[in-house]
Amino acid sequence: MTVAEMKPGGTKPASAKVVLGLAECEQFLIQEARLLDDGRFDEWLNLFTADAWYWVPSQPNQENPRDTISLMYDDRRLLETRVRRLASPRIYSQEPRSRTSRMIGNVTIEEAAPDGKACTVRSKFQLLEYRRETQRIFGGTCYHHLIQGEKGIQIAWKRVDLVNCDAPHEGLVVPF
Amino acid sequence: MTPIAGEQIRSLVQPGRVHRRVYTDEEIFDLELERIFGSAWIYVGHESQIKLPGDFLATRIGRKPLLLVRDSDGNIQLLHNQCAHRGSMVVASDCGHTSEFRCCYHGWTYHLDGRLKAAPLLHGYPSHFDPKNSDTAMRRVPRVASYRGFVFGSHAKDGPSLEDFLGYMTTSFDDLIDRAPDGDLEVAGGVFKHTYRGNWKLYLENLCDAAHPLFVHQSSIDAAQQQSDDTYSDGSGEIAIRQMRQNGASYSFWEANVGIWTYPNGHSFLGDYHDDAKLVAALNDPVFREYHAAMEAKKGKQQAKKILDTRRWNSNVYPNLSFMSQFQQLRVVHPLTVNQTVVHAYTFRLGGAPTRMFENAISFANIVNGTGSLVLTDDLEIYNRIDLGLLSAGSEWLEIGRGYEGDQPDEHGGWRGKNSTSEIYIRNMFDTWLNYMAVEKPINGGRSSVSSHAAESRP
Repeated sequence: MTVAEMKPGGTKPASAKVVLGLAECEQFLIQEARLLDDGRFDEWLNLFTADAWYWVPSQPNQENPRDTISLMYDDRRLLETRVRRLASPRIYSQEPRSRTSRMIGNVTIEEAAPDGKACTVRSKFQLLEYRRETQRIFGGTCYHHLIQGEKGIQIAWKRVDLVNCDAPHEGLVVPF
Repeated sequence: MTPIAGEQIRSLVQPGRVHRRVYTDEEIFDLELERIFGSAWIYVGHESQIKLPGDFLATRIGRKPLLLVRDSDGNIQLLHNQCAHRGSMVVASDCGHTSEFRCCYHGWTYHLDGRLKAAPLLHGYPSHFDPKNSDTAMRRVPRVASYRGFVFGSHAKDGPSLEDFLGYMTTSFDDLIDRAPDGDLEVAGGVFKHTYRGNWKLYLENLCDAAHPLFVHQSSIDAAQQQSDDTYSDGSGEIAIRQMRQNGASYSFWEANVGIWTYPNGHSFLGDYHDDAKLVAALNDPVFREYHAAMEAKKGKQQAKKILDTRRWNSNVYPNLSFMSQFQQLRVVHPLTVNQTVVHAYTFRLGGAPTRMFENAISFANIVNGTGSLVLTDDLEIYNRIDLGLLSAGSEWLEIGRGYEGDQPDEHGGWRGKNSTSEIYIRNMFDTWLNYMAVEKPINGGRSSVSSHAAESRP
C-alpha cells in the first residue's frame, strides 16, 4: 500500500518518487489518521515496514520500552496480532465499536537523511473517542520515522507520547 | 439511617450464590471500607520502594491517602498523609526523598516518623493545645508489618499477626522472592494504573477464574494463534503471543492439569496453566538457561530445582492483592466508589537474574496488566458489563456455585477445588467477607459454613 494508492478524498496523492518533504509527510500523517478513524486497520498496518515498531510509552520522557512498561509496545509480530484482533467479531471491548476523530497539526521534520529518503517527523494530535455513552479525549505528540522506499512512504517506527500517559486509564483498544 | 443489621448482611450470601446488592449497594460499600479495609492487613508497598532513610511512597488503604516512609532510624512508618492542623494532604508527590515533611498551608513540619517537629505561631494557640501530644502529628496507622519485604498496614489496633493472617499464603511470597538468585526483589519498571466502572470485588473474582479465558479472550487467542512465527520480532512480542495462545487452553486441560487452592481469610492461588515449552521455563530459551545457571550457582542444584518446580499462577491475598511469581507481577485493587475501581500493577526485578529476564517481565506486564493490552482490555469490558447488568433486578442472585460439591480439604488447612474451574475461591472470599461484615455475630476462622459446603441445600 502506497500513499498514492490511498483514497485521498481530494487531497494530492504523493508520488512514490518524491523525496520526503514537509508537505508529503504531513499528507501522509493525515492519511494515516484517516485510515485509523475509518477503522481500516489492515491498511494502517501496511504502512509499517517489516521490522517496524509502534510505541505508546507509559511515562513522560520514557527512554526505552525494554526496562519500563508501556501502554503499548509492539514489535511487528505483536502489531500484526493487535490488528488481527481488532477485526475479530469477538473483541468484546469493541462491542460497540469506538468512533474516533483525529486532528493532526504542528508538523515538523526533526531529522532527515542526507538523501532525503528518511526522516523523523514530529506532530501534535488530538483524538476524540466515543463509545458507550462516554467520550474520551486524548492528546499529545507523535514521532514517526518515515522512509521513502519502493513501496512508497512507510513507517519504520512510531512513538506516541500522550499528555496523560501516566494517568489511570480505562482500556485503550483503538491504536493512537 | 439505620445501619444494616448483621442478619441482613448474612442473608446476602447463600450456599453457592450471592445477592447482587453486594456489588451495587453504596451502604454496603461504605461498610466494606470500614469493616474490611478498616481492619484487615492491606498491602501498602514493598521495602525496595523506600530503601534509604528519608525515602517515602504515597500509598493508600481503601480511599485513605497514606505515606509509607523509611524514618531516620531505618524503621518503616505508615502515616496518614494529613496535616494535624487543618487536615491538608501534606505530601503531593508519588514518591521521593526528604528530611522532614512540611505542610504547604501554614508550614507545620513533621519528623519522618510523623511526630510534630515545629509549627509557626505556636504562642497563638490556646493553652490546652499541646504540640507534644502524640496525637498532634501525622498520625500513624496502628499496625504496620512486613513479610520478607512486602509491607502491610492494618487499621485494627489488635488482631492476628501478619503471618497468621497470611497463613499458608506465605509460601506464595516465598515462591516469588526465592526466584531471585540473590534473594532480593526490587519494584522496577513503572506502574500501570487501570480503571474500570465496576465493583472492586469483581477483580480478584476474575483472577483465579479458569473458565473465562476461552470466552473473554477469544479475540486475542484467535489473533495470536493465527500469528505467523516468521514475522520479525525483537523478542518482546514473543512472550505476549505465547501467553495469549495459552489462554486458549481447552477446558479438559484446565480440569485435568491445573488446580485451585483456597485458605483461611479469603486467600487463594491458581495452579500454573503453562508448561515448560509454552511460557516460563522455556528450557530451550537461552535467557532462561542463563537464569537457571545463576539460580543453581547461588542456591545449589537441588534448591534451585525445588524453587523452579513450584508452579503457581495468580496468588490472591484477600481483600485486594494479587501477585504472580513466574513473571514477577503484583496488582493492588483500590476501591474508589461502589462501582469505580482503580488497579495499580507493578513488576519486580529479580536480584542476580539476567537483564533479559526483567525485560521479559516487562513484556509480560504490557500484555497482561497493560492498559492497552490485547488481553486485559476485554477483562475490563466484562467488569463494566457486570456493573451494567446488575442495574437490572431481573436476576437477584449471582451464581458462585461451580464445583460446589467437589470442595476437598487441603493438607495445609485450606480447601481445594475439585479442579481449577471450581468457583471455590469466590465462595472462600465471600465466607471471609461475611466474617468481616456481619460483625454482630462473628464467625471464627476464615471459612464459615454459609456458602462453602455442599451438605446443605439452598433455602
